[in-house]
Amino acid sequence: MTFTVAPMPPLTVDAAAPSRLTQFELDFATKRRQARRNWAIGTLVLVSLFAFSAWIGDFFKITQVTMPDGAREWRWIIPAGLPRLGEYVSQTLPTLRWDSFWSDFGAWFWRWKTWLKLLWETVLIAFMATTFGVVGGFLLSFPAARNLSPNKWVLWLTRRLLEITRTVPDIVWALIFVFCFSVGPMAGVLAIGTHACGALGKLYSEVNENIDMRPLEGVKAAGGTWFDQIRYGAVPQVLPNIISYTLLRFEINVRSSSIIGYVGAGGLGQEFRTAMSFQEYTDLSALFLIILATVIVIDYGSEKLRHKMIGMEDRP
Amino acid sequence: MSSALILSNVSRSFGETHAVDNVSISIEPGQFIGVIGRSGAGKSTLLRLLNRLVDPTAGSISFGDTNITALKGKALRHWRRDCAMIFQQFNLVDRLDVLTNVLIGRLAEHGVLSSMTMQFSDEERAMAIRALDRLDLVPQALQRAGTLSGGQQQRVAIAKALVQRPKIMLADEPIASLDPANATLVMDGLKRINREDGITVLVNLHTLDTARAYSDRIIAMRQGRVYFDGTPAQLTDDVVRDIYGLDGLQEFNAAVTSTSVHASVPA
Repeated sequence: MTFTVAPMPPLTVDAAAPSRLTQFELDFATKRRQARRNWAIGTLVLVSLFAFSAWIGDFFKITQVTMPDGAREWRWIIPAGLPRLGEYVSQTLPTLRWDSFWSDFGAWFWRWKTWLKLLWETVLIAFMATTFGVVGGFLLSFPAARNLSPNKWVLWLTRRLLEITRTVPDIVWALIFVFCFSVGPMAGVLAIGTHACGALGKLYSEVNENIDMRPLEGVKAAGGTWFDQIRYGAVPQVLPNIISYTLLRFEINVRSSSIIGYVGAGGLGQEFRTAMSFQEYTDLSALFLIILATVIVIDYGSEKLRHKMIGMEDRP
Repeated sequence: MSSALILSNVSRSFGETHAVDNVSISIEPGQFIGVIGRSGAGKSTLLRLLNRLVDPTAGSISFGDTNITALKGKALRHWRRDCAMIFQQFNLVDRLDVLTNVLIGRLAEHGVLSSMTMQFSDEERAMAIRALDRLDLVPQALQRAGTLSGGQQQRVAIAKALVQRPKIMLADEPIASLDPANATLVMDGLKRINREDGITVLVNLHTLDTARAYSDRIIAMRQGRVYFDGTPAQLTDDVVRDIYGLDGLQEFNAAVTSTSVHASVPA
């Protein structure tokens, strides 16, 4: 087999080269100057906006405080108010003595039977709400993705639907559902589920918008429907992200369901209300510890699960 | 049974660009056709027009008594099944196994329920495995498609096209991202399907000697129009120079762009 190679142009430096390099240096310097100026302007705007918001938000307020000797004086609000935080926290702390530790501890967690039952209810509310949210958000995330939506009307409609469910906070949904279905965990499940559907649908649809469209074209070219393209081309690509976001949402939902009882929608939250109205401040710290422990356990567990799944992904 | 695929004055423009400009050709069943031309000459658009991934702005395409350009819904999906497409980037689903990727070729026959639950019949699985066997890929059948080499992925794509039981097979630069050995395997596979199954094959190619070695007929496109349509023997160096606009190059040799590993190419 014979072949010829087309002659290459010789590698010489022509006379115009030095001026081209000088021109580059000039352009580069201009570009750098512009970048620096833009950065300076951006920083200035950000700092002034922040300062303005802080001023509107009373961060610079001067208030009258009572001094230990009874005199009234004008002080900046932040150092004046901070001690009161300690005052509140110390009110919620129980008295624990070394020689009577267990009876003191028992008195602190005196309602532990009710609390554990409500904690169990709280986790179940979060679980059911996450399931509803995942199913709804998953189904809506495909028509709500710009690259996958069958047409712009469906896109517009699903996006607005997700926005409405997401924008209304779950505590407000809880108020509405308690009004409809009376006090109890069902209202909580619906409230958190509705909000989670909107939040997850948005996250999932953003995942959908970042996928590789070529597999979908491959399914389409073989005679697949829109549903086939989604099922075979899109779902396998987005599944790891969907699982990850779902576990994250479960953690968030446990936090939500522990407060939602405040408006009567089931779970531990109702105990906060009871404790506050009966001025049982030490109950608040006990409840806080229970929720903190639960959230830590669930965070840890779901993180392990997520990493395990990501690890499984890497293996062929 | 099989009929000719006829394009009459087909045009497709994207904004101001006329990707395909007033093309009229007739493709007889069983032919192996190589489509050549510079990048942007309209080769890809031509193939996409044929299986309706792209709709023409003017003109019509017909196959026998069927007006392809008017097809909708289920009839359109069945046409896409009959007119299988192979892509330069394979367009497989990396995260599904090879077998499922091949079974995607059966989706046009499925209802919503069996398709959404990925339920395929034993016959379909057998068909898929036979197709994979023809392309020497049975050992890889349960691997994820993404773990295969480029050449293997392209052969999976051919197996997927085969289980569609197509009448026509379109291949859009199927060997452009493959090394010479794999390119030969893929082209030989297409040639065998053309000979043994009598399936019409249309291949877009960048490499002239591949087009010459495998095609019964070569169609050359230039600026959206058919510039040459004839046998490989009729494609002289002068014609090639015009197709690729190689006026500046003194000497032209197809071996520069060759992907062939053999000195003599198999017929």
